[in-house]
Amino acid sequence: MNAPTDPTLLERKDALQGLGDSRLRKEDARFIQGKGNYVDDIKLPGMLHMDIVRSPYAHARIKSLDKSAALKVPGVIAVLTADDLKPLKLHWMPTLAGDVAAVLADGKVHFQMQEVAVVIAEDRYAAADGVEAVVVEYEELPVVIDPYAALEPGATVIREDLAGKTSGAHGAREHPNHIFTWDAGDASATNAAFATAPVTVKQHLFYPRVHPCPLETCGCVASFDPVRGELVTYMTSQAPHVVRTVVSLLSGIPESKVRIVSPDIGGGFGNKVGVYPGYVCAIVASIVLGKPVKWIEDRVENISSTAFARDYHMDGEIAATPDGKILGLRVHVIADHGAFDACADPTKFPAGMFHICSGSYDIPAAYCQVKGVYTNKAPGGVAYRCSFRVTEAVYLVERMVDVLAQKLGLDKAEIRRRNFIRKEQFPYKSPFGFEYDSGDYATALEKVLTAVDYTALRAEQAAKRADPHCPTLMGIGLVSFTEVVGAGPSKMCDILGVGMFDSCEIRVHPTGSAIARMGTISTGQAHATTYAQIIATELGIPSEVIQVEEGDTSTAPYGLGTYGSRSTPVAGAAIALAARKIHAKAKKIAAHLLEVGENDLDWEIDRFNVKGDASRHKTMKDICWAAYNNVPAGMEMGLEAVHYYDPPNFTYPFGIYLCVVDIDRGTGETRVRRFYALDDCGTRINPMVIEGQIHGGLTEGFAVAMGQQMPFDAQGNLLGNTLMDYFVPTFVETPHWETDHTVTPSPHHPIGAKGVAESPHVGSIPTFTSAVVDAFAHLGVTHMTMPHTSWRVWQQLQASGVAL
Amino acid sequence: MAKKLISVKVNGRVQDKAVEPRTLLIHFLREELNLTGAHIGCETSHCGACTVDVDGHSVKACTHLAVQCDGSEVLTVEGLASLAKDGGVLHAVQEGFYKEHGLQCGFCTPGMLIRAYRFLQENPSPSETEIRAGMAGNLCRCTGYQNIVKAVQYAAAKLQQTEKVTA
Amino acid sequence: MIPPAFDYHAPRSVGEALSLLGTLGSDAKLLAGGHSLLPMMKLRFAQPAHLIDLNRIPALRGIRDDGGDVVIGAMTVENELIASPLLRAKLPLLAEAAKLIADPQVRNRGTIGGDLAHGDPANDHPALAIALDATLVLEGPRGRRGVKADGFFVGPYATALADDEILVEIRVPALPNGTGWAYEKLKRKTGDWATAAAAVVLRQAGGKVTHARIALTNVGPTALRATDAEKALLGQPLSDASIAAAATAARAVTDPAADLRGDVAYKTAMAGQMVQRAIRAAAARCA
Repeated sequence: MNAPTDPTLLERKDALQGLGDSRLRKEDARFIQGKGNYVDDIKLPGMLHMDIVRSPYAHARIKSLDKSAALKVPGVIAVLTADDLKPLKLHWMPTLAGDVAAVLADGKVHFQMQEVAVVIAEDRYAAADGVEAVVVEYEELPVVIDPYAALEPGATVIREDLAGKTSGAHGAREHPNHIFTWDAGDASATNAAFATAPVTVKQHLFYPRVHPCPLETCGCVASFDPVRGELVTYMTSQAPHVVRTVVSLLSGIPESKVRIVSPDIGGGFGNKVGVYPGYVCAIVASIVLGKPVKWIEDRVENISSTAFARDYHMDGEIAATPDGKILGLRVHVIADHGAFDACADPTKFPAGMFHICSGSYDIPAAYCQVKGVYTNKAPGGVAYRCSFRVTEAVYLVERMVDVLAQKLGLDKAEIRRRNFIRKEQFPYKSPFGFEYDSGDYATALEKVLTAVDYTALRAEQAAKRADPHCPTLMGIGLVSFTEVVGAGPSKMCDILGVGMFDSCEIRVHPTGSAIARMGTISTGQAHATTYAQIIATELGIPSEVIQVEEGDTSTAPYGLGTYGSRSTPVAGAAIALAARKIHAKAKKIAAHLLEVGENDLDWEIDRFNVKGDASRHKTMKDICWAAYNNVPAGMEMGLEAVHYYDPPNFTYPFGIYLCVVDIDRGTGETRVRRFYALDDCGTRINPMVIEGQIHGGLTEGFAVAMGQQMPFDAQGNLLGNTLMDYFVPTFVETPHWETDHTVTPSPHHPIGAKGVAESPHVGSIPTFTSAVVDAFAHLGVTHMTMPHTSWRVWQQLQASGVAL
Repeated sequence: MAKKLISVKVNGRVQDKAVEPRTLLIHFLREELNLTGAHIGCETSHCGACTVDVDGHSVKACTHLAVQCDGSEVLTVEGLASLAKDGGVLHAVQEGFYKEHGLQCGFCTPGMLIRAYRFLQENPSPSETEIRAGMAGNLCRCTGYQNIVKAVQYAAAKLQQTEKVTA
Repeated sequence: MIPPAFDYHAPRSVGEALSLLGTLGSDAKLLAGGHSLLPMMKLRFAQPAHLIDLNRIPALRGIRDDGGDVVIGAMTVENELIASPLLRAKLPLLAEAAKLIADPQVRNRGTIGGDLAHGDPANDHPALAIALDATLVLEGPRGRRGVKADGFFVGPYATALADDEILVEIRVPALPNGTGWAYEKLKRKTGDWATAAAAVVLRQAGGKVTHARIALTNVGPTALRATDAEKALLGQPLSDASIAAAATAARAVTDPAADLRGDVAYKTAMAGQMVQRAIRAAAARCA
């Protein structure tokens, strides 16, 4: 939308601090004064503390468990095991992916750090002492860490509880350690394309297991009131309403008596979507003991047992013409889900949105197949700002396009130009059935290449390659990604059967301020500010007086929560449409007050003017008052609306990222010299907030690509599960980020916005790999597996004969 | 293991309490004194979310015993605003984080603020490199640090200006 | 996250501390900066029944000049080393290298004495002390004694410090004018222990190397003095060839433990890299 040129109009628009304004955040006051309200800040009278006994072994039978010493520790009140949960049928619980997961290990443990028992005590120190005092005897079993080995005939069976079940939630199971096989696209057309293609390339791409590691770990305070029969649980949850429904179903307490409150949350990144055993046990303990029970996990527990991300072993193939036009894409994936498939995916998509892997390219034929496999590792797979496996999909296609370019001796930018979906082709139907809403990749690419002077960079690289004494290898990485976010249309997307709509309820007060509630929950994304900005522009009320409330299931309308960048595309749309209902009612009231027909009114920023006579007008403030005492005959008083928005489609933000690295030939250290990130998320609600999201996502991507890993030894021990080893970069390592944007609105979204928070994570990771590999490309290297630690890069320097 | 009596001045107020020797300062502040601003993000002394100011030094409260603070002065984020020199509601570092969008989820923010406060006492006119090195004991997962650098630069400029005015 | 229970003692003098150590014996651990011990206790890897806190003993603090030597109290924290005008003038290697240890908050508590006495092969001060020809002054029931840094570190977490002794100060000869020095530390990120690090002290006269001390961090069971590497430099001009020879000799004494920072091949190679870089940086500082 264009800014008005008339200064008084501009002043009125600025006063709203609405859509497009880089207004400062409304929520900051409490955080900068240490008055945030995170789960561990919550103290209830009589509150007890829970801590968890965990398995040191990755695969073992539990031979015995002795609580007696623990129960004697001063302050310890109870120790619960699977046996205590069995009468409630809660020792196992359903997962979001149609599997079951142990709440407390029932006779055997399936991964290191799996929950075996819980200790409830008067304070957290006594609870910790109690955990030390529980004696568990284990009988170790053979451990399966490699998903390929897991699928071999005769491999150790991990899930004895599924014995005899030859099919699961997603179809037939071909092996006891096999979970599902899912595919998309046209296998025969794709195979035909490969059969006749003049050029084919193939590359194995492993996307290692990593962990979102938000700064606040997971936890809850469960409080069951035995007098009222009501359960309230404060929880680090990105999806409080879904949790309420699940808790009601599991506990038998009606949803109307279950209240889940997500207060301030210290980062989610997909780590706080699932229902963890700790939550279930705290709730059960509270019900059994009739007192509030707090559980807060440690960092080691968080990294070792909660939702991990990736662990996708991908085999990519591209069929192409000699001048680089892609004819077909074929992908096979082995997906390591750990011991339970606890993936937070929409029900029908066990591999999430992996089939966005045809990317930004016009590919006529494509096929992908994903096989899910059990191993003796922590459960999960979908997390860490991934948009439901879009991180994996974008990594796959961007690496494959680079591999093709390298085979054909084509420049990485040029091969992309030749294959981009063109602006005129939108809305574009991908070979996997996605209908991309809008995009203009070519313009974005040229903008980035010009901004960094790509030609000069390539010239510099050539000069450095020609100099054998140059102490560094220079690499240029380039990625042009398209994301799919905003899950999603309910006919396709549901969580446990609940369609993935989202909601907004707005109530405007007589004196012109408003309270608005949504079914999402901010974990740092500034909803309190950006949502208010949407409403401010729709209604002409300053965002400063619009209070946004989320996270309390007793007051907020039902929503599916925040993950997969869905807040702006789905809740943002619900907000705009709820506001428009109020706007429509306000127009009627204005017409009534001005004694004209509705058709005689124009809306201008914060008021309705009589057409041709702006001196006769009613501001929204006037209308707010009138709504409570002077409305047309037959109209209800009040000024409020609710909207449940079922999106007609996903949204498709995109971006072009370019990275320049210099690799030290002596040590293998990679210095990121420059990172240029252009993002297109359609309409930009608050550019300052967007830029902050981009910085954060790029930094997480940097961490993943350059250092994060979760290595397991042959016994299934997770090595490096503390912040000593799990790479979270400091101020010093983190590069300087340059951000840019284009704006290609989504035609189907009420305000044209697409969502952006995951794009920088999704897009940056392959950019770093692209840059590091590019540094070695002249030596014939086509791919290097992440993380690109100095050690691993040094190994490549050695292998390529260029180490100093 | 008998409790010890400690007397510690926290945000200007003397607190006389009995603590177990093993009670970590972070738990003493959060649980005993209900000062929940400083947070816990790890148990290996890496993340800095627990940073407070003890006798004029930035300290990770998770790696410090409450008994070690007997006779000490501790400043937490809750006490920061009272140190605003120009009579403002917020200290310059708090204002800087707000103005420069130096926070998102807010969990690292109290530790960042208390560290930034002390850092600027140690180095009132820092370069960007010095800011990054000086704050390297505080991790953030949301912001990518870039706006926090700007927040500290904002605060440095404001404090220099206030010094000039009050001098 | 929660340490097991213990009794806490805060002696006010070295004598009082020694007396406690004598009485409590192996049930007690000395608490210096606490940033090695407390994390181990929080993870319950260490469970001492008693902690003897050294932080309230004034005699263990301070940096002073003593006739050509610099004497550093064992409880001097890293940030005090960095800020000390005396160290910046007489022992700049220590003042600068301390900046590479841990992070700003940890440096307000972590002490040079704790870093040395812990015997952790990953700590930085042992190699620095060896390169500076420091003497560690120990005090116990049998009185005071000095032990050269080169020889103090016996094995992983094992030093010449007896169970009933306390490290009280570190005595370092001031670097003569014109001495070059450097500490090159390869690490995965700020605050990490070294993947490999090298401390070099160098003096040249008449175009030849007259003094060389080279010590390595975290590439063996203790900090290592690379004597053969020193010999590769001594008595001749510095050259690419002599520096390469020094690196080769340094690599030959390493015995690194493979871990997530690197395998044996990488750490060994990086020891060589750090030695080369430290020699060049030290040479650039030689007057």
